[in-house]
Amino acid sequence: MPTDASILTLKNVRYRWSGRASFELAVPNFSVKSGETVLLLGESGSGKSTLLSLICGTITAHHGVVDVAGTNISALSPRRRDQFRAEHIGLIFQQFNLLPYATVLDNILLPLRFAKARRERVPAPNDTARQLCEDLGLPNDAMNASAGTLSVGQQQRVAAARALIGDPPLIIADEPTSALDAATQTTFLELLFEQSRKHNTTLLMVSHDARLADQFDRVVKMADIAQQQREAL
Amino acid sequence: MMLRLAYGSLLARALTVGMTIVAIALSVALFLGVEKVRTGAKASFADTISGTDLIVGARSGSVQLLLYSVFRIGNATNNLTWQSYQDIAARPDVDWIVPISLGDSHRQFRVMGTTPAFFDRYKYRSGQSLVVGEGARMNDLFDTVIGADVASTLGYKVGDPIVVAHGLASFSNHDDQPFRVSGILEKTGTPVDRTVIVSLQAIEAIHVDWQTGAKIQGQTTPVDVIRQMELTPSAITAALVGTKGRFQVFGLQRAINEYPQEPLLAILPGVALQELWQIVGIAETALIAVSAMVVVTALIGMMATIFSSLNERRREMAIYRAMGARPRVIVGLLVIEASLMAALGAALGLALLYLGLWVAQPMIDSAFGLWIAIDAPTMRELWVLIGVVIAGAIVSVIPAIRAYRMSLADGMMVRI
Repeated sequence: MPTDASILTLKNVRYRWSGRASFELAVPNFSVKSGETVLLLGESGSGKSTLLSLICGTITAHHGVVDVAGTNISALSPRRRDQFRAEHIGLIFQQFNLLPYATVLDNILLPLRFAKARRERVPAPNDTARQLCEDLGLPNDAMNASAGTLSVGQQQRVAAARALIGDPPLIIADEPTSALDAATQTTFLELLFEQSRKHNTTLLMVSHDARLADQFDRVVKMADIAQQQREAL
Repeated sequence: MMLRLAYGSLLARALTVGMTIVAIALSVALFLGVEKVRTGAKASFADTISGTDLIVGARSGSVQLLLYSVFRIGNATNNLTWQSYQDIAARPDVDWIVPISLGDSHRQFRVMGTTPAFFDRYKYRSGQSLVVGEGARMNDLFDTVIGADVASTLGYKVGDPIVVAHGLASFSNHDDQPFRVSGILEKTGTPVDRTVIVSLQAIEAIHVDWQTGAKIQGQTTPVDVIRQMELTPSAITAALVGTKGRFQVFGLQRAINEYPQEPLLAILPGVALQELWQIVGIAETALIAVSAMVVVTALIGMMATIFSSLNERRREMAIYRAMGARPRVIVGLLVIEASLMAALGAALGLALLYLGLWVAQPMIDSAFGLWIAIDAPTMRELWVLIGVVIAGAIVSVIPAIRAYRMSLADGMMVRI
């Protein structure tokens, strides 16, 4: 259930890519409430990746505040930012989410390796991982298979389990369904919603596909929250 | 878990990783092999002569005396008179004494006159005796026993006649008195293999018609007459001496070195061998240097492999970063992987070495007379192996730093 407390707030954020073609991304005001499911719609090249990198703290804003779960991550040292990401954010990418040579179990447990508090929330990691797999409809014998041997749809479910383990407050999914066919897309999203509700986490999903909109609490268009300027040098 | 992931990552790239490990293994096997051959050669060298307490000759340098008396290299500057020889032989602390007379040759091989006691007293490789493989020891004045290399090089069999040349690389032959091969010694890996052994009397016999190094014109004493002659030599080249007790060696050495009638030199073979090895030892340093370079080459090869794998592994690194791994973790992973590769390479190299030794040991022994012992790796060798692993880890830091930069720039987003 959405509450009034916001899990994510961006204020007056400006970030400039410097390089041959420099461009600037500005996010004046954007926030996500705790427990909300938000769909962020945007075409490729609309600055989605940059925005996600800012939220995850792999890049830092040159100006403004990026507040995740009450912490201004722009002010943290790179080391603390990495740790912060491990503790508070579960990530699902479009595809190639997993270490193909590692087992499904190792892939699911990987974020715990870098997050102490999350690890402590999972006293029996193997059982928790197994439960998550079961909840996400993965076959039981998949746990010890190499992640690379699974189908794309199954891999996305493993990625979801990995994002959910240890109950991080924020889950970010970057086009998690675009590599899946229509039927699998629906099942995957249903499972993802169900699980994020069960684990009481906030879901911020980025996509270019407006058809998914009606399943979310709120839909935000990239163009409405962010401006970008390109200039060729 | 990280070790397991690193291992899995290596396994996923089995072919390139395997080739890298094989390269490291081969270089390690080569390095340790050179090390084994070196110590084996050193031991074989030190074992060229054993059981002999002193070598006595005319006064010169100890290395020189060793070279001509044992290795048949170079010439004696002077002889030892038969009188002196008998004086030494008569001393109470002398257990046995074997005279050696050098100076003639057969083809490229030296001829050595000695007494039958030589076959019993000359020991090599910690106490092994000479064994007459074919035929028997000398029975007749003109019998000869030849070393294994002499027989194999010149294709001699028991019963073949041979003619001894006067001096070395000489055109004047002792063709009036041909010898007969009575026995062939088994391979020893010592200079005995390249020696034609005759009796001390035979050396006298072939020089009956000679005076001060030249043949007396027109004089040919018939063999029958020579056989009747008193063939005691007036001088010999050197003598091998055994003492009655260990503690008498130094006293005897001192007595011989201070022998008033003639300037003599007595040396301890072990000490002289050590001195000689120090001269030969320069080559071993070069060998070690070359094989060390091979190890370095293999490690650089590994570094190149890691470098070229970085691009295809950007996704992997991005996943780690997305999970909250610090770039330092990625450096750590690469270093762990490299150390694993180096460790596997070192272990495989060790296995290859022992396999190689096991296969090649008998061949090396029969071909070169070099006995390479197969025993547990020495501390030094273990340090070499540990060193390879550490060097592998150090070398991998360079691509790891590049990976660090890449993953900082890429973050979790990789556009491939």
